[in-house]
Amino acid sequence: MHALEKILARAAGVKEVRAGEIVNAKVDLAEVNDLYLQVIKSFYEMGGKKVWDPNKVAFVLDHYAPAPTIKSAANQKVMREFVWEQGIPHLFDINAGVCHQVMPEAGLVWPGMVLVATDSHTTTHGAFGAFGTGVGATDLATILISGELWFRVPEVIKVELEGKMQPGTMAKDVVMHLLAHIGTDGAVYKAIEYTGPVVEAMSVAERMVICNMAVEMGAKTTYIHPDDTTLAYIRKYCDRDFDILETDPDYQYSAVYTFDISQLEPQVALPHSVDRVVPISEAPEVEVDQVFIGTCTGGRVEDIAAAAKILAGKKVHPKTRLIVIPASQEVLLESMKLGYIQALIEAGATLSTPGCGPCLGAHEGVLAPGEVCVTASNRNFPGRMGSTEASIYLASPATAAATALTGKLTDPRTVWEEGGEV
Amino acid sequence: MLVKGAVWKVGNDIDTDQIYPGKYLYETDPKKIGQFALAGLLPGFAQQIEDKDVILVAGHNFGCGSSREHAAIALREAGVKAVVAQSFGRIFFRNAINLGLPVVECGDLYAGAEDGDELLIDLRAGILKNITKGQAYPLGVLPPAVAEIMFGGGLIDYYRRKIADGEGKF
Repeated sequence: MHALEKILARAAGVKEVRAGEIVNAKVDLAEVNDLYLQVIKSFYEMGGKKVWDPNKVAFVLDHYAPAPTIKSAANQKVMREFVWEQGIPHLFDINAGVCHQVMPEAGLVWPGMVLVATDSHTTTHGAFGAFGTGVGATDLATILISGELWFRVPEVIKVELEGKMQPGTMAKDVVMHLLAHIGTDGAVYKAIEYTGPVVEAMSVAERMVICNMAVEMGAKTTYIHPDDTTLAYIRKYCDRDFDILETDPDYQYSAVYTFDISQLEPQVALPHSVDRVVPISEAPEVEVDQVFIGTCTGGRVEDIAAAAKILAGKKVHPKTRLIVIPASQEVLLESMKLGYIQALIEAGATLSTPGCGPCLGAHEGVLAPGEVCVTASNRNFPGRMGSTEASIYLASPATAAATALTGKLTDPRTVWEEGGEV
Repeated sequence: MLVKGAVWKVGNDIDTDQIYPGKYLYETDPKKIGQFALAGLLPGFAQQIEDKDVILVAGHNFGCGSSREHAAIALREAGVKAVVAQSFGRIFFRNAINLGLPVVECGDLYAGAEDGDELLIDLRAGILKNITKGQAYPLGVLPPAVAEIMFGGGLIDYYRRKIADGEGKF
């Protein structure tokens, strides 16, 4: 069995599971965000009264943080009241940040757990060796009642990343390169395991990026086998016991892809699909109205550091707006301590408080018809960030910052003067 | 369980932002959610199909992207009878089953189907007919546990029945 299968088997209370089988598995953490009042509506419609275990439930108010409309404020109000009434200890209100950054920082994520959330980017938690997957509101409501959910045991695709990342490229470039080859439906209903020297050399934040965007290939979940890097991160936040399950040597992957990253240059996903990816040297010259650095994909300390190093002591192009939104309060505080926030604001950035920001077109910098945006976030679907007549280019935080500097889509290696690693 | 309707074709990779744009996610009333079905792709779609029986026929990866259940609610409430696609985004597929919106994977229908063709889907028998074109396509069989949810009108009714039968855990 694969480690992911062993996780599911243990959660289902059975010795063995096989790909394709449907199992009922116990959930270690169920997380709800503020888009889905429907969770609470479905909970009551199904006859729910008390959640099965308040300690295993988290609510994160991140997508509308702080509330931009009366209706979203009213939805959040009902959620807070539900949390308090049910005695749920894990409420992360509008000051906390994006759920996928907030949960690990709160010590709620560990290797071998089953984490289900009302957010497609829950694949992020494979970076910790957890089984993380996104579901809709009614599925989540059944967990709140029963503590369990049915899962189809996924086949596993192995993605080996060979070589070494070059200065100026980031984890975002790596995962966009994979998208170009695997496509938007290349991993539907499957899991992706990342291995190889590039992964081993990555920080936890970088691993979170490649796991996060695996959902853009259709993946149900991801897996990176926990190593010393993982454990150092987990132990900083989480003091519970866990064991690390090993994949059997005879496990048969449904596919194995090998990519050599050594020659990889910064990548760009052109409008309006996440797999329309080209190396930046082949990207069209395009003038950019707005640059966004933030989200569960591109809003961590490393990302803000890359932007700050490019923009420190310089000015954002006069015809371009730069919006920076740290992924969590901890990221914001750390970035302030390191001077990055000061540098970015002095360069002309607009800073917003932790949350999802304009990524899903709800608030804090939506796009007008005809506008062009380069973003460190994860989706460039039509209308994703506002007008369906806007154009969204996905890029790394470094490429985004370089673009903010020049006002047009720019290779970060051309503006990073001291030759160090971005 | 028989589903009948006329083909309305859409393309590949129709993501949940096109099915239900993020700017309407605050909405929680199913009837209002239905008014915005496919608003990111075909504004006014819900109003156009008001008095019609429509089956959406899509290419690959229909419903990719966000986990928003609004996407499946919107199509169901707008009166879409079923979605037939060459493949589906995983979370949308689950959500549709949970909400009682029939979703059917069929690789072969798409190329030969045209807008307005009359379709008949027999979900239990596992067969899809394009009556206009005189073609029939066998369908894959859902796992029994999943079929029970879909044929029972969705997860909410399924759980309600379980409680009534004394099987529920609450």
